[in-house]
Amino acid sequence: MVLLSTPVDYLPIAMMFVVAIGFVLFVMFATHWMGPKHKSKVKLEAFECGIESKGNSRLPFSIKYFLIAILFVLFDVEVIFMYPWAVNFAEWSKHGLAAFGEMLVFLGLLVFGLIYIIRKGALKWE
Amino acid sequence: MEFFLIKLVLVLIVFLVSLGVAAYSTYAERKIAAFLQDRVGPDRAGPFGILQPLADGLKMFMKEEIIPTHADKFLFILGPCIMMMTASMTGVIIPWGHGLEINGTFYPVQITDINIGILYVFGVVSIGVYGIMIGGWASNNKYSLMGAIRASSQMISYELAMGMAIIALIMTTGTLSVREIVEQQHGIHWNIFTQPLGVIIFIICAFAECNRTPFDLPECETELVGGYHTEYSSMKLGFYLFAEYINMFISSAIISSLYFGGYNFPFIDQLGLSPNMLSMLGTLIFFGKIFFFIFFFMWVRWTIPRFRYDQLMHLGWRVMIPLAIVNILGTGVYVLFKNGQLHF
Repeated sequence: MVLLSTPVDYLPIAMMFVVAIGFVLFVMFATHWMGPKHKSKVKLEAFECGIESKGNSRLPFSIKYFLIAILFVLFDVEVIFMYPWAVNFAEWSKHGLAAFGEMLVFLGLLVFGLIYIIRKGALKWE
Repeated sequence: MEFFLIKLVLVLIVFLVSLGVAAYSTYAERKIAAFLQDRVGPDRAGPFGILQPLADGLKMFMKEEIIPTHADKFLFILGPCIMMMTASMTGVIIPWGHGLEINGTFYPVQITDINIGILYVFGVVSIGVYGIMIGGWASNNKYSLMGAIRASSQMISYELAMGMAIIALIMTTGTLSVREIVEQQHGIHWNIFTQPLGVIIFIICAFAECNRTPFDLPECETELVGGYHTEYSSMKLGFYLFAEYINMFISSAIISSLYFGGYNFPFIDQLGLSPNMLSMLGTLIFFGKIFFFIFFFMWVRWTIPRFRYDQLMHLGWRVMIPLAIVNILGTGVYVLFKNGQLHF
């Protein structure tokens, strides 16, 4: 069965967006207006365990996190490619094994990539 | 015109209900923690401390707003706002009940039924990562930055396995619309029986996406002071905490509608009630399922200790993703077998 969505179906999402943004803005202004305001220099310093903080925090961080982000982009694109196939699979699977076989090739490449990055040590955390 | 009015009322109801459930989840969490640790828990505000969430909310309003001098002011405010927005936007596509028939017109109890429902949820949830990352980076605090990096790295890793678990589910249902998936599970034909492995993968990933224990490394107190929200105070902190509870509510709703039949319940046809009564009963049962999963989230939090970061990443990439791939293959073979294409 094919379910078609018209642009009107997306309108309530816009309504929810307006309600949510209205609530967020209202609360932000309300708290700003209601709370006490006693600022001091020490209070506005960064809180790092109560010890005096040293230097800027825009530090270089471990390359592993960056690598994870890159790998995520690669794998997420592959996962997204599988969605249209998955939606139609229930129908296609009635007419033979071709749809499944083709996806086996795609999944095989994906698994090969996963094994490759594991063997390369990209997911190793010491 | 009537259409817009009904939708607007539904939007407001869903928004207020998710706020209310989130507020009382904080109370439930404290009471359950107290119960599991043999304590009393909050009991001062009102009978059994039932007014505690209101007191907490008021306190958040009345606290001083602190924006550290080194912080990036605009992004510092934007972070919690994005978090709260994305959390409240996901409730739109969830079918809360079958629908009511009033004067011959059928009103579904759902804000909107779009045919890309699940993809919409994924899209909105991914924007939530920006809320944490922007907040943690803008604080200009080393602990916040580490918390934010950990959070985003964890969330994107588990999103992969979650997406793959959903693919296996869609292979059997053939639709992305949440309502249609729920309708297909009429009675006791719940998807958990065809997707037992998928449920486990999905629930574990939902825990990781909500930053709940045992995956709460982004706000790991013993290592990172308070994680990405260390510098936050007043309602900005409130938004971060609140968004977590709304996310928990919505994840519970999605788990129960995708795998546990949503508003369907066994023996639905044998009761002999009118459709409207059945629909209302279904909504109640749906909320019962949601509350069970919220309880499950809390139960796990107070039972299992948190992972180490390398264990977390190991689980995400080397266990969950291969398991999800195996699940896709298994589902494929199952669907082919059911359609008579395979013979053993």
